Amino acid sequence: MNSLEVSNLKIWDSRTGKVLVPHSSFHVKQRSCLAIVGESGSGKSLTCRAIMRLNKALLHQSGEILLQGVNLTKLSEKEMRKKRGKQLCMIVQNGMRAFDPSCVVGVHLKETLAWHYGWGRDDITVKMKRAMESVMLKDPLAIMNSYPHQLSGGMLQRVMIALAIVLEPDVVIADEPTTALDTITQFEVIEQFIQLRTRMNCAMIFVSHDLAVVKRIADEMLVMKDGAIVERGATRDIFSAAQHEYTRFLVSTGLTLDHHFNKIMGGVSHAEC
Amino acid sequence: MAMGRYIIKRVLISLPLLVTISFFSFILNQLSPLDPAEVILHAQGVPNITSELIAETKARLGMDQPLLTRYVQWFVSCLQLDFGNSYVTGKPVWSLLGPAFLNTLKLTLVSVIAIIALSITLGTICALREGKWVDKSVRGIFFLLTSMPSYWLAALIVWYFSVKLDLLPTSGMDTYQSYILPVTVITISFAGIYFRIIRSSMLSNLNEDYVLYGRACGLPESKITLHLLRNSLQVAISVFGMAIPVILGSTVVVENLFVWPGLGTLSVKSILSRDFPIIQAYVLVLAAAFVIFNTFSDIVNAALNPKLRKDH
Ligand SMILES: Nc1ncnc2c1ncn2[C@@H]1O[C@H](COP(=O)(O)OP(=O)(O)O)[C@@H](O)[C@H]1O
Ligand SMILES: [Mg+2]
Repeated sequence: MNSLEVSNLKIWDSRTGKVLVPHSSFHVKQRSCLAIVGESGSGKSLTCRAIMRLNKALLHQSGEILLQGVNLTKLSEKEMRKKRGKQLCMIVQNGMRAFDPSCVVGVHLKETLAWHYGWGRDDITVKMKRAMESVMLKDPLAIMNSYPHQLSGGMLQRVMIALAIVLEPDVVIADEPTTALDTITQFEVIEQFIQLRTRMNCAMIFVSHDLAVVKRIADEMLVMKDGAIVERGATRDIFSAAQHEYTRFLVSTGLTLDHHFNKIMGGVSHAEC
Repeated sequence: MAMGRYIIKRVLISLPLLVTISFFSFILNQLSPLDPAEVILHAQGVPNITSELIAETKARLGMDQPLLTRYVQWFVSCLQLDFGNSYVTGKPVWSLLGPAFLNTLKLTLVSVIAIIALSITLGTICALREGKWVDKSVRGIFFLLTSMPSYWLAALIVWYFSVKLDLLPTSGMDTYQSYILPVTVITISFAGIYFRIIRSSMLSNLNEDYVLYGRACGLPESKITLHLLRNSLQVAISVFGMAIPVILGSTVVVENLFVWPGLGTLSVKSILSRDFPIIQAYVLVLAAAFVIFNTFSDIVNAALNPKLRKDH
């Protein structure tokens, strides 16, 4: 059974008529993780936001998007808003910019949870505290009372993961969640994403241009180039025998990164032993 | 705690600025080619001005002392709101300037409130409907209104509402209704600029990730708009803070048209009669207002924006 099914998704700029994503079709199986890779500008973020129906008003889209069998493109804006967060959760690239810079982080958490579940302050604090501890955030109360600029990118990334844990969505969409982080923090955050999957049994779309990360987290992957999907399949197969020339290019350039990443991961796990 | 320290720091910074400004407004009048003693004697209608009479007047007013001594004396008395006496009427300057300043301040504050309310409302609507017809027509109308000279706009409004419809008073400040016409003219000529600032600040905030993440978490647009406003206002508040002294200093046309007994009317009268102490005090009070309102808007801004409070 598929958690999310996208068919014939087309995205174009209504001012110029320029087609940015011609026709994408893909699906995410229940409990599995689909990676979308491709160089910057290949339409990964457009695709993610199209699923959430959150692209800029001037960008138009057509096609079908089924979430647990419900066609999202047919929903009213109000019904769609109920799906966002609660069933379809997005985690954005730069944690430092994901929260209103003039409010403490807790404000966003409380607003979101109160809006979806109608919980009171104390209830929310207890639930968030538990979730934040589970993603290895020390002193959750202090974090909730901090402004974004007082926290690090990795911490804010984990706050978003913790919120996703409390929201219990069917699908988590993570758009390059580790690109803005240094390698060691990246490793810690990826660990949390992997645990998020096993703990919550949710499906996941994981956008990245770091193949080492993809190899570790994803069951299946799509390769995008200039808005089109040029290759798809099980992650394992693509890494051993890529069909498309562009993918082979990505894999061969990605290997040096991969090597570096493994070294750091090896170092950390040794330290843990 | 951090906020208290910020306020103290900000106020301390503004003090040397005030002293510098006062020094320049003092010097400015010394640069005038006219001899103040001569001006006084003219103003008092002395028929036969001899050089002895001039020297005597100078000594009486302490003008024969060194510049710095005179400045310090002048500055100390200014702090006690003693700006000397008018050359023309001989009355203390503050007895003329004080009430006029208060009248202008009232007009300015009412106008600024109207400007803020109007530009926040229109700026928000236009930003959220960017490129739609509402946005285009509001911008078009304000482009036209702001490019009209305010005396012409004022004449038009007075003619329509007061002469033709006979609804509102055309001059003076006797009732609350007297505010309506001058405030309308000032608001129209300034709101165009400020609503544009709010609009563009909202638009740049709309592209921020926190808006996307807020929407992706399913928050309603009303909540998102509140966050947007809070962040957009930070730019606008420093601009609004500066708007108060700018309008204080630019009410000359409107005040003279509506016979508002304020600073604009007084300053024109004093310039025409070369009444130096009043002009000097006028410049000083306006400059001080600039510094004070600027400091104030910085403090309000810091209260809204936690990053500014951070010690560097
Ligand atoms: N709001 C927009 N209006 C017009 N073009 C856009 C807009 N957003 C993105 N694009 C274009 O769409 C293409 C894909 O962008 P994006 O999905 O952000 O790439 P990435 O794969 O790096 O996430 C880019 O070429 C970009 O120029
Ligand atoms: Mg992107």
